[in-house]
Amino acid sequence: MTETARDRILARLRSAPREEAPRPPEPAIGTAPELSGRIDQLTTRLEAMRAVVRRTTAALWLEALIALLRERGWSTLLYAPETPLGAAIENAWAQDGDGLPALVAYAEPIESFKERLFTVEAAITSTAGAVADTGALILRPDGREPRLMSLVPPVHVAVLQAQSIFATLEDAMRAGGWAADMPTNMVLVSGPSKTADIELTLAFGVHGPKELIVLIVE
Amino acid sequence: MGPEEFDRNVELALADAQLRRNFAFAMGSFIARRQAVFSDAAQTERLRGQGQALKRRVLSRLPELLEELEANCTRNGIQVHWAETPAVANRLVLDIIERHAATRVVKGKSMVSEEMHLNAFLEKHGVEVVETDLGEFIIQLNGETPSHIIVPAIHKNKQQIARIFHEKVPGAPYTEEVEELNAIARATLRRKFAEAGVGISGVNFAVAETGTLCLVENEGNGRMCTTLPPVHIAVMGLEKVVEKLADLPPLLRLLTGSATGQFITTYVNLISSPRRAGEKDGPTEVHLVILDNGRSRIYADPELRQTLQCVRCGTCLNHCPVYTRIGGHAYGFVPGADRQDPQPPGFRTGPGRRPHHGLEPLRRLRGGLPRQDPHHRAAAAPAQRGGVTGGRERRARPRQPPQPNGAAGLGRVAVSQHPPAGQPPAELAAGPHRQRAAPGGAPGALDPLPKGAPFRPHPAAPPGEGDRNQR
Amino acid sequence: MRRPRGRQRTAFPRKDQNPLKPNPVYFFGTCLIESFFPRAGEAAIRLIEREGVPVRFPAGQSCCGQPAYNSGYPDDARAVARQQLRAFPDDEAPIVVPSGSCAGMMKHHYPGLFAGEPDQALAERFAGRVVEWSEFMAARLGVELEDRGAPLKVTWHSSCHAMREMNVIAHSKGLIRQLSRVELVELARERECCGFGGTFAVKHPAISGALVTDKVDDIRATGAERVIAGDCGCLLNITGAIAHRGLPIRGQHLAEFIWERTHGS
Ligand code: SF4
Repeated sequence: MTETARDRILARLRSAPREEAPRPPEPAIGTAPELSGRIDQLTTRLEAMRAVVRRTTAALWLEALIALLRERGWSTLLYAPETPLGAAIENAWAQDGDGLPALVAYAEPIESFKERLFTVEAAITSTAGAVADTGALILRPDGREPRLMSLVPPVHVAVLQAQSIFATLEDAMRAGGWAADMPTNMVLVSGPSKTADIELTLAFGVHGPKELIVLIVE
Repeated sequence: MGPEEFDRNVELALADAQLRRNFAFAMGSFIARRQAVFSDAAQTERLRGQGQALKRRVLSRLPELLEELEANCTRNGIQVHWAETPAVANRLVLDIIERHAATRVVKGKSMVSEEMHLNAFLEKHGVEVVETDLGEFIIQLNGETPSHIIVPAIHKNKQQIARIFHEKVPGAPYTEEVEELNAIARATLRRKFAEAGVGISGVNFAVAETGTLCLVENEGNGRMCTTLPPVHIAVMGLEKVVEKLADLPPLLRLLTGSATGQFITTYVNLISSPRRAGEKDGPTEVHLVILDNGRSRIYADPELRQTLQCVRCGTCLNHCPVYTRIGGHAYGFVPGADRQDPQPPGFRTGPGRRPHHGLEPLRRLRGGLPRQDPHHRAAAAPAQRGGVTGGRERRARPRQPPQPNGAAGLGRVAVSQHPPAGQPPAELAAGPHRQRAAPGGAPGALDPLPKGAPFRPHPAAPPGEGDRNQR
Repeated sequence: MRRPRGRQRTAFPRKDQNPLKPNPVYFFGTCLIESFFPRAGEAAIRLIEREGVPVRFPAGQSCCGQPAYNSGYPDDARAVARQQLRAFPDDEAPIVVPSGSCAGMMKHHYPGLFAGEPDQALAERFAGRVVEWSEFMAARLGVELEDRGAPLKVTWHSSCHAMREMNVIAHSKGLIRQLSRVELVELARERECCGFGGTFAVKHPAISGALVTDKVDDIRATGAERVIAGDCGCLLNITGAIAHRGLPIRGQHLAEFIWERTHGS
């Protein structure tokens, strides 16, 4: 077998003098704040990054969503029909869709859906939790709720179950057993898309959503 | 670039008041922001220690971790390629693009691709490359290289950018409104994302344990590049590997806190595979190109090895007093993405193009910058130039006078004074100290400072008159 | 031949002395004090002696070797440094250095410079004894200063090495703050280099000039009548730029300033 670049690189690295590995640092063990403290911290951080946070309850979240949609008047809302969230939305729209945006289902592969995707005004997704101390949502897109939902439309509405707010990213990783089960893609989202590349002036929505609205369901 | 060219660039840069204002303002803001997120000194020290230990662990097992990364990526369906040189890496990327008959590529900001001069290579082969990070997009339109690894277009102000957009983007009106400039970029680039056949990105951390590529960004262009096109090619320097997923939280905090003064960037992408069965979007192929380009050589040098701990946060640039005066272009290479020597950004931006000693504390941030020891200086001194390992060898003392850029001035004084071993340098031996040696005292004999002898007293000197000011 | 072994070590500590105070101490004069600021060196010595600590000035001393070292000539730097190792008796008395830069070189770089050399152990012992002057005065001697001067507004310049390598700025400023009629106004960008950088100022005068211009602007903005520093390299650079612009601000080494303020006490 001929020697490859890989073999040569690894051989060079192996022939270098070895150093002993320092011990892995102790994992940070802070006392995690209570749930209400975590919700507050997350809210503060997300708002500082110009996300809009609305707190609601399991009984009222749909009403809160509908109120938001009526208030904002988007004409289209992208949703994932196969998720429980999607089912609940379909249900609500079936009962009274008056004055609500037209629902657009992300139900086919991107190859045939691209044109449509780039024209919707807002999208709603679920979340896989959140991290309170840095302020970030955890998204874990999958076949039912694709990746581009939270990226391409100008507005992203994210529904977050309050119990899934972790104190730290370390906690979220440990509790969720991430290392044993990484999906195709995961993304932490801490606010609307932004840039400061022109004179360090903050501007939103340069590529991703201009707005991030988080509904925290307690 | 020769010393004369550098001096010319410096002159131009210093004469450019706008440029100096842009840099002074930007770097000052970065420093302040970073201070704001790392306000708790004890916690910050702990975090630094943690980050450094993690990176040192990586270096202690680098070849094994790279193999583990390769195995886990491969298991996940990510195709791994190795390149010893930028030329080979460029070729690998082009081959993938050609295999898919793609003609348009969208790119997220990647310093290793700058190091490879990838854009120029692809364009030479007929591939349209579109930089999608706003800063990179601006300088690409203007045919420039980044002047800062975090904010590539920081040397431009909005008037200059307004002009570039107006001239180079078809149909763009002249506007100095930052919001509107962003909107122009958004509209232009959205189309490019949708049409591109291949997306190229860098990698901030590659997790060996899970075969996961971690990318941080604020704009969402990285997500676009790695999700929309059917093929994603990630390029990374081989030092980007980390051991475990659980290592990411402290490293991310250090990186984003230092780079932009954020607790976390808007997006942290964790990419572990191409699109799986049943998924509706994401690339169907993901490639990872691992580049050496001298890193294994740096690794083999115990003094330089620690520079591979660098996470490319850019803090050393923000603090480098020379860089902040002259900007990134004067050096003739992109600090932090130099094809000749892939070292941390602040490695050669300081006085004499070495790390400025003001950066010593940053060393402890993550150990990216080496100590200022004779080793690196020797490597930089022309009369003794011997590559990075030159300083360790016992070389003959330079006989010819040092070259102008290396060790002129005061440095030369010490060099020319070099005495045969064991004897004082001639000039020094004749210097003022000797005249004051105790009578008959060999050098080294104690001279219990007779009042008024070694230092002339000036009892009548007017108060507050500094010696220098009397001259 | 000339290998002062320094075996004439005085009893240490001497019984009739405050056992916390070393006796004696050695003084390393530094090239720049020698050439440009002799009164700073003299003041530094007198202030130590005023505390009842005898100061010895080994005659064979010259330069710490930094210029060669910083320019990438370790062999030459080592030869110069070796002179210092030989010049100072190999005992336990502190070696006091009125410069953060030279002290940093001797304390932090000598061990590496002599690693694997016959003088390694000597260099390490030497390095362990080096102490920057203001730290010595404040932390080891615990001096108490009585201000005898007229009210005065000053600012302080931290040299890169004193701040980052020797970490002694708190001591230096602490001494100034003991002076009851001196108001210390801090620089807005205290952590930034003045542009001297040893050989850097010679090799890259334009960049160095840009740095010192900004530094002088900063000094001027404090409204101080005097700028105090613990390193003569910086002082030379800064006072030169001040004089060039004809500004009515004086530069002074910390030791000389303190001597002047407390003289006769
Ligand atoms: S050397 Fe240190 S400060 Fe500079 S970019 Fe690397 S990690 Fe950041």
